[in-house]
Amino acid sequence: MKRERTSRTKRSRTSRIPAGVPTLSKKDFESDQDTRWCPGCGDYSILAQTQRIMPELGIPRENIVFISGIGCSSRFPYYMNTYGFHTIHGRAPTIASGVKMANPNLSVWVITGDGDALSIGGNHFIHMMRRNFDLNVLLFNNRIYGLTKGQYSPTSEQGKQTYSTPLGSLETPFNPISLALASGATFVARSLDRDPDHLRTVIKSAFEHKGTSFIEIYQNCNIYNDGTFFQYTEKETKADNTVFLEHSEPLVFGAERNKGIRLNGFQPEVVETTNGDYTTDDLIVHDQYTEDTTLANFLAGMSDTPDMPHPIGIFRSVRHPCYEDAMTNQIHGAKERVGDGDLEALLNAGETWTVS
Amino acid sequence: MRKPVEQIEEATILFAGDSGDGSQTIGTQMTETSALIGNDVATLPDYPAEIRAPAGSLAGVSGFQLHFSSEQIHTPGDLCDVLVAMNPAALKVHLHKLKPNGILIVNVDNFARRSLRLAGYEDNPLEDGTVAKYQVFSVELTRLTRKALENTDLTTREIDRCKNFFALGMILWLYNRSMEYTMKWVKTKFATKPQYIEANILALRAGNIYCEATEQFAVSYDVKPAAFEPGTYRNIEGNMATVLGLIAASHQSGLPLVYGSYPITPASDILHGLAQYRNFGVITMQMEDEIAAVGVAIGAAFSGSLGVTGSSGPGLALKSEAINLAMIAELPLVVCNIQRAGPSTGMPTKTEQSDLLQMFYGRNGESPIPIVAPSRPFDCFETVYEACRIAVKYRTPVIFLSDLYIGMGAEPWRIPKLSELPEIKADFAGREYAHGNGFEPYQRDPETLARPWAKPGTPELEHRIGGLEKSDITGHVSYDAENHEKMVEIRAEKVARIANEIPPTEVFGAQEGDVLLLGWGGTYGAVRTAVEHCVEDGLSIAHVHLRHLNPFPNDLADILNRFKKVLIPELNRGQLLKLVRSTYLIDAIGFNKVQGQPFHVYELESKIDEILKELGHF
Repeated sequence: MKRERTSRTKRSRTSRIPAGVPTLSKKDFESDQDTRWCPGCGDYSILAQTQRIMPELGIPRENIVFISGIGCSSRFPYYMNTYGFHTIHGRAPTIASGVKMANPNLSVWVITGDGDALSIGGNHFIHMMRRNFDLNVLLFNNRIYGLTKGQYSPTSEQGKQTYSTPLGSLETPFNPISLALASGATFVARSLDRDPDHLRTVIKSAFEHKGTSFIEIYQNCNIYNDGTFFQYTEKETKADNTVFLEHSEPLVFGAERNKGIRLNGFQPEVVETTNGDYTTDDLIVHDQYTEDTTLANFLAGMSDTPDMPHPIGIFRSVRHPCYEDAMTNQIHGAKERVGDGDLEALLNAGETWTVS
Repeated sequence: MRKPVEQIEEATILFAGDSGDGSQTIGTQMTETSALIGNDVATLPDYPAEIRAPAGSLAGVSGFQLHFSSEQIHTPGDLCDVLVAMNPAALKVHLHKLKPNGILIVNVDNFARRSLRLAGYEDNPLEDGTVAKYQVFSVELTRLTRKALENTDLTTREIDRCKNFFALGMILWLYNRSMEYTMKWVKTKFATKPQYIEANILALRAGNIYCEATEQFAVSYDVKPAAFEPGTYRNIEGNMATVLGLIAASHQSGLPLVYGSYPITPASDILHGLAQYRNFGVITMQMEDEIAAVGVAIGAAFSGSLGVTGSSGPGLALKSEAINLAMIAELPLVVCNIQRAGPSTGMPTKTEQSDLLQMFYGRNGESPIPIVAPSRPFDCFETVYEACRIAVKYRTPVIFLSDLYIGMGAEPWRIPKLSELPEIKADFAGREYAHGNGFEPYQRDPETLARPWAKPGTPELEHRIGGLEKSDITGHVSYDAENHEKMVEIRAEKVARIANEIPPTEVFGAQEGDVLLLGWGGTYGAVRTAVEHCVEDGLSIAHVHLRHLNPFPNDLADILNRFKKVLIPELNRGQLLKLVRSTYLIDAIGFNKVQGQPFHVYELESKIDEILKELGHF
């Protein structure tokens, strides 16, 4: 498989705005609907960053489609002044796949949450990943069911006490990054609602990746699960609890930039790089373009390991054939082989007889 | 000396054997041959759900019934003139379908003690009087096939697989049919395996010569061509007619076809059929489940394609939430339900009409959806085409309610000219729909009440749709009480208005009088045949067969009121009956059968007699 450099990837299908057409601004992507999320919800930031980045994508507004399922996050399409379809619980991937298949020129975005994508829509999620349509998937992970007023979700930590689990939830949570990787996802990333610059950069990279691009976004539900990701998002704790992934760069983190991740056997180990024992040369160097998924899986697993910083950024970005292109090729191939379909001939195919 | 040939009007043959015995193959060959010489034909494949049930067991019996005639026929026949039983299990399962004095051909080589025991026979039925009232021809099919193929390089196992062609050779002789069509078919089928071409043709010829040479068969029969309306004909199965109807609708409308499906009996053949036609631009997507299958079709419809999904009852249950989404979003969508016997998994390889109420009502909220049902295998073409036309014109999901009996049955089809196909106009909204207030996705066509189909990619028509209730005209999310009621009424009225386009209902037989048989779907053949018999007898009986089940035709009320009794025969517990009784407030009578099998003509005839007696006739 060919490696890709996201910054240089040319998108052949999604038509670009021709020269001379006035450029759009964030305002052009705001719909006339009142945004109805709880005040302080992390969704506002994700919406704002998406609206801000859209003009930079260089595609006409009419070619953009947002598709969502059900949940707080799934209200998103109503607030985007693009084409949008607020569908049914868990099924956005299927409808988005149909939209993209029928018109590969469209830029299609799936907006989903942890319950929508990983619980009721879990089956569609994994199959969407392996089909590799050129779609962008933003999963707002707040580790809770917000719209239904606070039940545990498939990403809630085990033992979570909620209205439906007063004695604590019994289930092991999903790791969305691991699940996406296991399903064959070609672009897998994580970002934060409270880090607008990073979020915009990752959204743009997702757009530029040809294939299904998956972004898990740590998102705060300030009503039912306030602060669930604060140690990764807040200024006081963020630097020591996250490691930002940069291609070709060693895994360095910490407020003092003096900590790093080293491979100890098959385990990640946090080491100090300034006390003389280790240097940055001893650290794992990130490679998001490698075809082999070992490193990406290793990094994904860090967020399941106690006391490890959570990796933020692009875990994996590789170029594989897209479903819609393969289908289009089959159609062209068939037309070349046997000619354009002739309906009259098709109806009259096989053994026929004439009665006069 | 050539043996005498007797002219007969019609015949019914049932081929039966183990599911690996090739009964479906030789049944199809005899059907195609008969159709090609101009007979009217009707078939009923009847096979087990297991791909290979234990050899010789009752569960593993696969049958194929063929009715061919020099007259117009509508059913695969009630009882058979000929039963070909390849083993004791086939005899046990099907003997009751053979007419008294009918021809019974058995492969006597398979009647050893073990096979008899597997079929549950204590004694050999060929010797204990079980078959006394039939003309029995005990043929050493296995031994004779082995003998005929002894000079080939095939293994015994391979040779034994050719014995169905020996049996076919016999039947072709018995009905004075040429072997030419089958020989041509064998050559195409085994083009890459020439050794099988030779072997099957040898077996076919051997069976044919066996009948001519031995003294077992004294006469053969001839069934002359039937009178058909002028035109070009082909033989077609219902599911294949559905495939062609969908491709025709795509072609005539200019809308690319996107078919989402998940494998399920008996609908999979539509997926297989469509998958062959990529050169027509047909996109088939085998999805991870039934919900995804309808999901891609809805997405494709939103994007401006002809979105179609297909399944059977259990799949429809899973799809119902998504179909409801297409309903409230007012997107065109065609949903094919090839019904099978339910409930739950039910009997996947048996026919039934028990999903009608599910299709009418099986969704949350007020959810009116048009329903059309084909009546015969070839009628699947026109009916699914009509489903596409309605879906596109009215921007609504439409249910095409077929069933296993017609989906897998076959009969001759007069191939339509393209100029005979109704227009399907895609009619997408363009820039001109945008005005001062921006685009209003829920403004409507005053005649059809359809909302604009504004596909993504159209400048200035950016809009949002979804499953939440929308405000009239603007399409904004709305919880307004009055608006909700209004939208519910608009959606109902939109579907009701389709009735204005339904052509006048054909009443066959008496135009008014004693009894009207009101049918729908795959019961057409049996009902029409029974009514034809009654009409020939001078009785005041009529037949109406509904294609449009929702909405009903506007003239139906008047027709129902012209008869003293309305009899509704259905392969369910009375579902159309409930709808007709509640819609028209008439005391219609049901005649119901829920056995996974179609009606026999005689069953309907005796029910008609019973009603006539109650009315004081006879």
